[in-house]
Amino acid sequence: MELNKEQRTLELLKEKFEDQILQIESPYNLLTIHLRAEKIVEVIQFLYSNEETQYQYLTTLCGIHYPDNNEIAVMYQLHNLPVNHRIRLKIFLPIENPSTPTITTIFSAANWLERETFDFYGVIFSGHPNLKRILNVEDMIIHPLRKEYPLEDQRREDKVDSFFGR
Amino acid sequence: MEALKTIEPKIDQEEKQYSYLNLGPTHPATHGIFQNVLKMDGEVIIDAEPTIGYIHRAFEKLAERRPFYQITPITDRMNYCSSPINNIGWHMTVEKLLGVEVPKRVQYLRVIIMELARITDHLVCNAVIGVDTGALTGFVYLFQQREHVYEIYEEICGARLTTNLGRIGGFERDFSPKAWAKIDKFITEFPPILKEFEKLLVRNRIFMDRTIGVGGITAERALNYSFSGPNLRAAGVDYDVRAMNPYSSYEDFNFIVPVGTNGDTYDRFMVRQEEMWQSLSIIKQAISKLPEGPFHATVPDFYLPPKEDVYNNMEALIYHFKIVMGETDVPKGEVYHSVEGGNGELGFYLISDGGRTPFRLHLRRPCFIYYQAYPEMIKGSMLSDAILTMSSMNVIAGELDA
Repeated sequence: MELNKEQRTLELLKEKFEDQILQIESPYNLLTIHLRAEKIVEVIQFLYSNEETQYQYLTTLCGIHYPDNNEIAVMYQLHNLPVNHRIRLKIFLPIENPSTPTITTIFSAANWLERETFDFYGVIFSGHPNLKRILNVEDMIIHPLRKEYPLEDQRREDKVDSFFGR
Repeated sequence: MEALKTIEPKIDQEEKQYSYLNLGPTHPATHGIFQNVLKMDGEVIIDAEPTIGYIHRAFEKLAERRPFYQITPITDRMNYCSSPINNIGWHMTVEKLLGVEVPKRVQYLRVIIMELARITDHLVCNAVIGVDTGALTGFVYLFQQREHVYEIYEEICGARLTTNLGRIGGFERDFSPKAWAKIDKFITEFPPILKEFEKLLVRNRIFMDRTIGVGGITAERALNYSFSGPNLRAAGVDYDVRAMNPYSSYEDFNFIVPVGTNGDTYDRFMVRQEEMWQSLSIIKQAISKLPEGPFHATVPDFYLPPKEDVYNNMEALIYHFKIVMGETDVPKGEVYHSVEGGNGELGFYLISDGGRTPFRLHLRRPCFIYYQAYPEMIKGSMLSDAILTMSSMNVIAGELDA
């Protein structure tokens, strides 16, 4: 039954947003769809309001930095509570200008989650009502979860662990 | 610091003068470090501006440099009222990534521990709701019981608050006879005390007047704010991860998911109260059905061997070295696993690139997500009701700020 639901969701998405879908996979039984960034709000709105999909619960939203591709991904995870099906959507933004429209218009819960993503990755959510830092201090100038910021000072000399291949 | 400057009264367009009140960052009534700048019209709250992050410890960044087994102590420090749930949730996430099947006995033992943790979590929250309405008796009375649960943890893993309980693949040791005796003692002694606590508050006129209709939220708004756990169920939505996506053999147990109707402070209190009874019932079922078997899965690549073997056995020594130095191979992949924490859906989104540490670990902290509804919930209510709303939402600063 769950599989049918998943196939139906995919069919509907393919029908409507064929050109937006980059890749479909299902790691560890969680349907993951990579999308183009332009129409992400429309896709989420469609999944939210379509009678057959009803993904009306935003489980979580976060950023991921892929330094090899110079990209910042934003991951949206939605949950269809009536039939208990989860879906994960990922969009990829260029690191020079990571900007995407906000989904606070659909989910109130996205407010702080987007602020957190802005805080740690510098993703600009255009149209967000109050896009400022949330967990870090306001006068911080970097976005600390990006991979170029190492956790420890790389110039430290008292701690050599090259013996262990690191 | 920005907020502190806004204390001086401002004249509004309607020439009405509002006062601004800083509730927090350290205020004895908020039970944690959060700041709320309240815009007040006399005693009534017009608006609130929460500021969080006072105890932010960069867990997600820290996790990117630690091997999987070293991330467990980080999870302790999220919701420290029920750290075993966080620990076990993390272990299960890694097990899901590795494809490890843990023995049935481990799953049952985990259920026992997680339900004990849920009881302590709800117990602290409900006792504190009592304190905020002026009833200190119940708090002092119930804290003795929390102590007994902490003694059980101590017997199982050696720690009390930040437990670091269990390992990837199971437990570090089987429960000792002393631990079983303590669990038995707790489940026989606790019900009458919980009953007495209920009698103190549930039909208490003062308590009812203070909590019914205070800090309510509708089911629609709660879902839109991605509420989870008791706060969502109090609003009338029966979403419980244990029932919806059973993990660790929760499908073997009979329990009901209590729901409220109004989503107010009283409903949240009652939902937590009933969940404690359900947890007790689950623990009893798990003990009576407890299967025999090993207390850990056979995953030598991730499960530390016993110390005697490390000193006397070549293979164990190699595994020990590899685990401690983080030299074991991990599959690449993205995995999301969630458990029903004390406050709701506690999720771990883990991306592994095959290295010794996670490439990315995102923590879905239920507190962080539902606390943003706080200004909406207290608008138009009294200052004293705002305090009650906050304590009944069970906002834990450690989980909020990660």
